[in-house]
Amino acid sequence: MARLSLRGIKKSFKTANVLHGIDLDIGDREFVVFVGPSGCGKSTLLRLIAGLDPITEGEFVLNDQRMNDVPPSKRGIAMVFQSYALYPHMDVYENMAFGARLMGLTKPEVEARIAEAARMLRLEPLLKRYPRELSGGQRQRVAIGRALVRKPEVFLLDEPLSNLDAALRSEVRLEIARLHRQIGGTMIYVTHDQVEAMTLADRIVVMNLGRIEQVGAPRELYETPANTFVAGFIGSPKMALVNVQKTSDGITFAGGDTLALPRLPAMGDGPLKIGVRPDAWSLSRDLASPGIAASVVYTEYLGENAFVYTRLTDGTLVGVRTTPNELYEPDESVRLSVDPVAIHYFSAEDGRRLPA
Amino acid sequence: MSAEPNTYYDRRGIIGTLGRDGLIQIILVANTVIMLAPILIMLFSAFKSTQQIFKSPFGFPDFANLTNFTKIWEQTNFLRYLLNSFVVTGASMALILILGTMAAYALGRYRFFGAGFILMFFIAGLTLPLKLAIIPLFILMRDMGILNNQLSLIFVYTAMGLPSTVFIMTGFIRTLPNELEDAARMDGASEARIMWAIMLPLVRPAMVIAAIQNVVPIWNDFFFPLVFIQNDALKTLPQGLTTFMGEYTTDWGVLFAGLTLSAAPIIAIYIVLSRQFISGMTSGAIK
Repeated sequence: MARLSLRGIKKSFKTANVLHGIDLDIGDREFVVFVGPSGCGKSTLLRLIAGLDPITEGEFVLNDQRMNDVPPSKRGIAMVFQSYALYPHMDVYENMAFGARLMGLTKPEVEARIAEAARMLRLEPLLKRYPRELSGGQRQRVAIGRALVRKPEVFLLDEPLSNLDAALRSEVRLEIARLHRQIGGTMIYVTHDQVEAMTLADRIVVMNLGRIEQVGAPRELYETPANTFVAGFIGSPKMALVNVQKTSDGITFAGGDTLALPRLPAMGDGPLKIGVRPDAWSLSRDLASPGIAASVVYTEYLGENAFVYTRLTDGTLVGVRTTPNELYEPDESVRLSVDPVAIHYFSAEDGRRLPA
Repeated sequence: MSAEPNTYYDRRGIIGTLGRDGLIQIILVANTVIMLAPILIMLFSAFKSTQQIFKSPFGFPDFANLTNFTKIWEQTNFLRYLLNSFVVTGASMALILILGTMAAYALGRYRFFGAGFILMFFIAGLTLPLKLAIIPLFILMRDMGILNNQLSLIFVYTAMGLPSTVFIMTGFIRTLPNELEDAARMDGASEARIMWAIMLPLVRPAMVIAAIQNVVPIWNDFFFPLVFIQNDALKTLPQGLTTFMGEYTTDWGVLFAGLTLSAAPIIAIYIVLSRQFISGMTSGAIK
């Protein structure tokens, strides 16, 4: 059992405030991913949970017990570091045994735990090797093994895949998902890669500038982003965010093109932001057709799909998913039309989602 | 169609002929010769009489002629001096490495008020010509009652060696990745264990550099024993061997034999440590 509760967590380094009040509850066996751009405070938050840095203000409660002043090793938490942080002068066995011995386990217990972790991670043939003799993926597995041996209630993983090449990355990602199913501990995973977040998480915590922007299941974040930051961060290519004017029966774009919409947020006429994902747009070469004027910037060919990036008259870049059969040349004038159901509305002032 | 081979841009310079690496090799070989020549001359002279040394300074000696070595054995307390040198050098090095590493670890890994000042204070010691302080030092040793005692040498050498050791080690310890320390902390290691079991094995190369840097001057030092030690049974090797340097005549052959014997242990230590040093350098750090 591991339930974590973060209450009003703040962190500042000297005068710089890094976290401005984080409230979050994480349930038992949950796989939670902290995601956000560099410097958003996600790794700092992880280090606070681990106990490697002191919490400036607020409370961290694990299983109804206040953890603020409990030393890292007594929290029942293990961490996998971005650089793996394997002890270079110890072989794989010793790397895993170091923490287990410090827990006060007997020799047979240590051996049994290492054997179990080694079997789970297929490390048996590597036990006598030193970290420098291992490949990146193998080091990654040792780092996870070292965490497993301590049988923690909570696993913290700090960008564990960022040092691996693309092919290995998806392989280890599957491995981590399998491991989570197998051992069932609570996992907190930090990444800036939204694909990792979407594929692994039960719940994603999107962070920006030391605040939580939204917490939710991957699908929830994708379908109902709470604000423009989440809307732009989740999904690739990015959701286009376009400034428009709301009128009584639709919206007007900067270039004067209008679009009649059946559903609109309940508000007076005025500025509004709409968000549209690449698959909700469609392109037409027929300049007389209804829609929005745009010009093609470049095309990304991805085999199954192609993404055409176009620029609206006010300069907003809009990605459109097309089939690879339709090829558009740069600077070509096109008309964009949009699926009205797939439009997200956001406040022009603070970027909050507006229900329609 | 072949180009005219003798146009100026086709002529190959020395770098073109040998390649950059070839040139570097030549410089390195020359350097090796310059470095080894004095040692070889010392070794050759150890097997010659003074007369032979002056007659053919670079000549090949008769290696069966061990008179110089037997003379040292018979006329001086060589073993005693050797032992004294080992005691003084060993104790000083132990103190320097233990104290220096601990100071450097604190300065390199912890942030505390005054850390910068303490480091600067140590480094200032590098610029201090200790020999200028010989008279106050003599008075200090006399008042502490350790004149004519090997402790006086050990203390002075330790003070001499600490600045460079702290300087080298602090820089090195700072470069060790923080994540290793964090990982050990998550594993439940105490501060002392983190230092002892995780960090120190990784700073071994730096310790070897600091050791080599300090062991040679301490072993070879002539000045401080000359001032502090009068008792023949406490003399160190360099001091003891001056018996053969007379005011009017010097037995060069015996002196060179003594030098050879006194340099041998240091050269041996150097060879052993440099192996360690190289293996330490290649042991691979974190990624």
